[in-house]
Amino acid sequence: MVEKMLMKGNEAIGEAAIRAGCHFYFGYPITPQSELAAYMSKKLPKIKNAAFIQAESEIAAINMVYGAAATGARALTSSSSPGISLKQEGISYIACAELPCVIVNIQRGGPGLGSIQPGQADYFQATKGGGHGDYHLIVLAPSTVQELVDLTIDAFDLADKYQNPVMILGDGLLGQMMESVEFKKRKKVDLPDKKGWALTGCKGRKKYCIVPFNLDPYEMEKVNFKIQEKYNKLKEKEVRYETVNLDNADLIVVAYGTVARIAKTVIQNAKSEEINIGLIRPITLFPFPEKIIAETSEKVNKCLVVEMSLGQMVEDVKLAVNGKAEINFYGRVGGVIPTQSEILTEIKKYFK
Amino acid sequence: MKKVFGIPKSLTKIPFTYCPGCHHGIAHRLIAEVLDEFRIREKTIGISPVGCAVFTYVFFNCDMICAAHGRAPAVATGIKRSKPDSIVFTYQGDGDLAAIGTAEIVHTANRGENITVIFINNAIYGMTGGQMAPTTLVGQVTQTSPYGRDPKTMGYPLKVAEMLSTLKGVAYISRVALSKPAYVLKAKKAIKKAFQTQIEGKGFSLVEVLSTCPTNWGLSPIEANKWLEENMIPYYPLGEFKTPEEVS
Repeated sequence: MVEKMLMKGNEAIGEAAIRAGCHFYFGYPITPQSELAAYMSKKLPKIKNAAFIQAESEIAAINMVYGAAATGARALTSSSSPGISLKQEGISYIACAELPCVIVNIQRGGPGLGSIQPGQADYFQATKGGGHGDYHLIVLAPSTVQELVDLTIDAFDLADKYQNPVMILGDGLLGQMMESVEFKKRKKVDLPDKKGWALTGCKGRKKYCIVPFNLDPYEMEKVNFKIQEKYNKLKEKEVRYETVNLDNADLIVVAYGTVARIAKTVIQNAKSEEINIGLIRPITLFPFPEKIIAETSEKVNKCLVVEMSLGQMVEDVKLAVNGKAEINFYGRVGGVIPTQSEILTEIKKYFK
Repeated sequence: MKKVFGIPKSLTKIPFTYCPGCHHGIAHRLIAEVLDEFRIREKTIGISPVGCAVFTYVFFNCDMICAAHGRAPAVATGIKRSKPDSIVFTYQGDGDLAAIGTAEIVHTANRGENITVIFINNAIYGMTGGQMAPTTLVGQVTQTSPYGRDPKTMGYPLKVAEMLSTLKGVAYISRVALSKPAYVLKAKKAIKKAFQTQIEGKGFSLVEVLSTCPTNWGLSPIEANKWLEENMIPYYPLGEFKTPEEVS
């Protein structure tokens, strides 16, 4: 029988990471994700050759991840919005060096020190690169604690498969909430061997170098083209989304994470008022599910994007739709979570 | 005929790209000789900094990784913790270690990470064209201290070896110079002790190497050696600041 556990989102990520074979965690305390570091500090010292380090800063933590990932180990760091900003230089290096690792962002309200309540205003930062240079993270957006577990494990596999950093983009609500979760037995995934690049000492082989730079611009351009190819492959093969009630929908809501959860309840409530609403919930924010959004919105022609930001993902929705449907937006920010009734009131505006 | 001198196995055969009279080449060679003598080349992972020595990854014949400016000790920590059997060293300049990377070096030392740091102090930023470093001497003229370093507004030169030797987690700290053969021999001994400290699992080791930067000091190589001895050594005294008993 599969074991069922009642777990807090942040702790569930930790347990999932350990079960995914991640034995190296480097982090720095910040609300609302600190329980993840605390969980790792409790569990990792009991595993042979594992390490937990409370780093001196977010910057040090991501660079420890860079080091551990360079040896071929599965490594994790986590933080919340302001702390993720601090990590960006390191993330850019890791993406350029094509090293696999997982970064968790349990978003809070921004900008600046912002608030400690949930937010989704780090969408641009997460999906457009975040640091300097042309690169992308694979960005996964869970909406339940169970999905935090499943996507955390997937994140490590995707990171290894594409030799690319993966970000779990959650928010304070998901990180803090308790739900029952299952750690199901998973099929073994075939992943590429790390022997061709992992720094393990050069015994019996030529030396390896991990060098995220090149002073020859033509060579550096080639590095860019190479990682770009990976992103094209991701767009082709790894897009994930969930759809709810798309058939005969009068309006499509596009929302991810916590907001998508709320939208599901809105769909139920709207039915009693004889409004038929559909939902597209992107699970991968990069690669973005452009195709389903374009196809559906063209059919329905009414689309509302709801976010805990003042309009970030809506830009990707507009790009996907390319002017072929009406795109509307509703957002709350600063740590405020939109309520079901607020969203329904907003939806009703488009049926007058 | 017996070969008595050659390129250490731990160096590649690629010629150094450093300016004439710069001490990086000597420091590289000493590290390579030590890796050879301890026969640890094949289990060593080196971390190159940002600055002139970013190209150490080309010159050392062992696994290498380039770190972001100042972050080498954090990268080294990640490597050593995930591969505890490896020998890990960072090679960092004064801008890298003593300015932008102060948090990383202090906390890596304080955790007693079992790694070796080679800290090149030439009192100036080399690669960016000669700006003031945290270790620039009082009165020293640089591109960004054109009237000389004034401690009233720019502070005093940072004594890294002294500062870090106050930390309990630190096992071995020494300051050496390379401006004359006798100093080079002593420097070799210090670097050997630093790596020995790591091999024996005794904790954090650092060797501060006073070095020249003739190009940015505006001096000939010979004048630069003299300037180092007359100006840097009096402020940055040579010697061992901390030793674990067993390797002293």
